[in-house]
Amino acid sequence: MGEEQRTEIITKDDLVKKVSELKADGFRLVQIGCTRMEDIEVNYSFDRAHSFLNLRLAVPREGAELPSISGIYWNAFLYENEMHDLFGISVKDIAVDYEGNFYRMAVKTPFNPPPGGGEGEGKT
Amino acid sequence: MSGRTTIPFGPQHPVLPEPLHLDLVTENETVVEAIPSIGFIHRGLEGLVEKKDFLDFVYIAERVCGICSFIHGLTYCMAVEEIMKVEVPPRANYLRLIWSELSRIHSHLMWMGFTADAFGFENLFMNAWRLREKVLDIIEETTGGRVIFGSCKVGGVRRDIPDEDLKVIVKKLETYKRDIREITNVFISDSSVKHRFVGVGVLEKEEAYALGTVGPTLRASGVAQDTRELGYAAYGDIDLEPVVEKAGDCYARCLVRIREIFASIDMIRQAAGKIPAGPVEVKVSGTPDGEFFARAEQPRGEVIYYAKADGDKFLKRLRIRTPTFANIPAMVKILKGCELADVPVLVLTIDPCISCAER
Repeated sequence: MGEEQRTEIITKDDLVKKVSELKADGFRLVQIGCTRMEDIEVNYSFDRAHSFLNLRLAVPREGAELPSISGIYWNAFLYENEMHDLFGISVKDIAVDYEGNFYRMAVKTPFNPPPGGGEGEGKT
Repeated sequence: MSGRTTIPFGPQHPVLPEPLHLDLVTENETVVEAIPSIGFIHRGLEGLVEKKDFLDFVYIAERVCGICSFIHGLTYCMAVEEIMKVEVPPRANYLRLIWSELSRIHSHLMWMGFTADAFGFENLFMNAWRLREKVLDIIEETTGGRVIFGSCKVGGVRRDIPDEDLKVIVKKLETYKRDIREITNVFISDSSVKHRFVGVGVLEKEEAYALGTVGPTLRASGVAQDTRELGYAAYGDIDLEPVVEKAGDCYARCLVRIREIFASIDMIRQAAGKIPAGPVEVKVSGTPDGEFFARAEQPRGEVIYYAKADGDKFLKRLRIRTPTFANIPAMVKILKGCELADVPVLVLTIDPCISCAER
């Protein structure tokens, strides 16, 4: 069966410190992804020699704001622009900020539609 | 002249089979900055998981990409199987390995063709694709499809390959090796190819790792990281050594892919020699409840399928991180400081698959 994977629950305020520690410990950033629940669950995934670690935090569905980790892992800029465009999370100080133009979509924040935005509209 | 000029590259460009745009900020003939834009064909396939039964979604996962389609379907199945604690029969795992490696061989041959075309070596392009056809023929004979295999399912695989046919496949691949070597020798030794590759677009080891680079692009910079070492499918049962080069330039990235073709043929030989008898699928009942990050090694590197389910027949979330998406930062770095004329070849040496990136 599959590999062992650790998930650590953190808060928004701990994010930059935790990520800095992982960088110092030789982890690489694997991905950042979001899941729409009651809140939005954000997973920051890291790997070192096939040891998989996940930092997880929750942000509100509306008006969410997170600090960028692209100053620590430059490649995070892609994922951070993606979470802005698909989920509407505002990420502060992204190394390369596309300001909402990373994806060209007819519907704004399709994975996190605004309340009353219509079910079909938000699930494309 | 010291002024800067911004030159648009793509989204439609002779070397790009798929749309990718770069704003190339140049000083004379040197690229000082490259700003990538994707999103021209973003399909939102991840969102479809909320509308498709988790067993049917394998078909959509396979359609994320027309090159490594099988491995997309496989990684999706691995995520669901892990959540549901489904034990895949050993024979199915060996077949999964064989089809994965056939995908890698045809993908790398396809890359060689595209790259030869990019530096104007038309004959080399045609010969690389001629050999790729032979691999596609094997895929067609064993799955019924050339691009979309449709052979992977949650709980195993849909089709078996009889042992006798496996022996024939191994024999065929052994004979193809000579032909493949003939064209790979051109990539390795031809002075005009080396002129375009050696010392061009160097990505240092530390930088490659720090940028989250994956696959041949990472291994060409000296990092021995290969997701197959996790032992998924039947990779834990065969001898596997990551193919590594150290120079980090276009030539090293080419050498890694060439050596991986032969390594894949060897893995298929090993798997065909060890494959156990038995069923190729198990019945899957119930619905998934849980989450898992499945990882597999595609021709372009590590792919991630994050699946989250809450007991419904529709998954709550599917997040796909493709290798091309992970390699965009590396591409931006190697473009910085390059000659404008080298841009097409440099872009191709990360083997971008925009279809994957725009899942």
